[in-house]
Amino acid sequence: MWCNGFRWASLCCTVFVGLLFFQATPVWAEYGDVTINNRASKEGMRPVIFPHWFHRIRFRCKVCHAELNFQMRAGGNDIKMADIIDGRFCGACHNNQIAWGVENCNLCHSALPGAKTGVYNRGQTTKGPGKL
Amino acid sequence: MRMYRWGFSVFVLMWLPVGWVMAAATWAPLAKDGIHDPANPAVTVLQEPKEAFSNMPRDEFGNFVSWVKALQEGYIAPRSSRSGEGKDNILDLDVLLPDTGAIPMVRFPHKAHTEWLDCSNCHDHIFKPKAGSNPISMGPILDGKFCGLCHGKVAFPLTACKKCHSVEREKK
Repeated sequence: MWCNGFRWASLCCTVFVGLLFFQATPVWAEYGDVTINNRASKEGMRPVIFPHWFHRIRFRCKVCHAELNFQMRAGGNDIKMADIIDGRFCGACHNNQIAWGVENCNLCHSALPGAKTGVYNRGQTTKGPGKL
Repeated sequence: MRMYRWGFSVFVLMWLPVGWVMAAATWAPLAKDGIHDPANPAVTVLQEPKEAFSNMPRDEFGNFVSWVKALQEGYIAPRSSRSGEGKDNILDLDVLLPDTGAIPMVRFPHKAHTEWLDCSNCHDHIFKPKAGSNPISMGPILDGKFCGLCHGKVAFPLTACKKCHSVEREKK
């Protein structure tokens, strides 16, 4: 069957173009998802994904970005698990009181292993945040 | 029969770009969004964007949700402070930015922004609080400065031109 040149060529074309489309599929994420990998991969954990949309439904921007002093920059906050456990950064809410607690590792550490820090929007992104 | 197999391959292939475009217009499931690890056991515990967004007012970019409308029309009720007892400092003041060449001018609404943000989030380190004193243009914005700090990253993207460029010039 495969020695027929035309069939072989059409199969190759199909596979080639199919592969092209799959490779061309960019990283979607949900718009505004922040991937954070300051030290996760080095410590053997999946990087963290912070979904803005889920939090935006529940809190206005100023709660995290003014009251809790989160910097508006992917990877710009030096967050260690010790800080979170002590109630700083994410730990200000993820303390089993306002939101679920820190023992739920995989709910935050949910990115593909090795994913780099950044905000990967559907190609509708800008080169930012800028340097302040 | 040879012809039918070829035609079938073409038929299957032509749906690939259609599917790709359609997928782009809706919300990808977390396990397939290209950033969440599908092997993570907790990926099925996290809420799917589609579930949260289906009942919210739609928009044509970003999360495909109009967050300003969602807040103003009561679809969501996000807290103003961690404890929920914070007060809002909403300023209803529009700033007109007329230096946009020939295209419609920009209207910056403080109201929509102060419903979400604190004054200190922008003033003074990103925007000097005086009309005309910030050298804003599309170049720096695309580079992530001024409006581009948020718009294009977490707020609606720059492909939504008319959202900002909404004030038509008077025809002479």
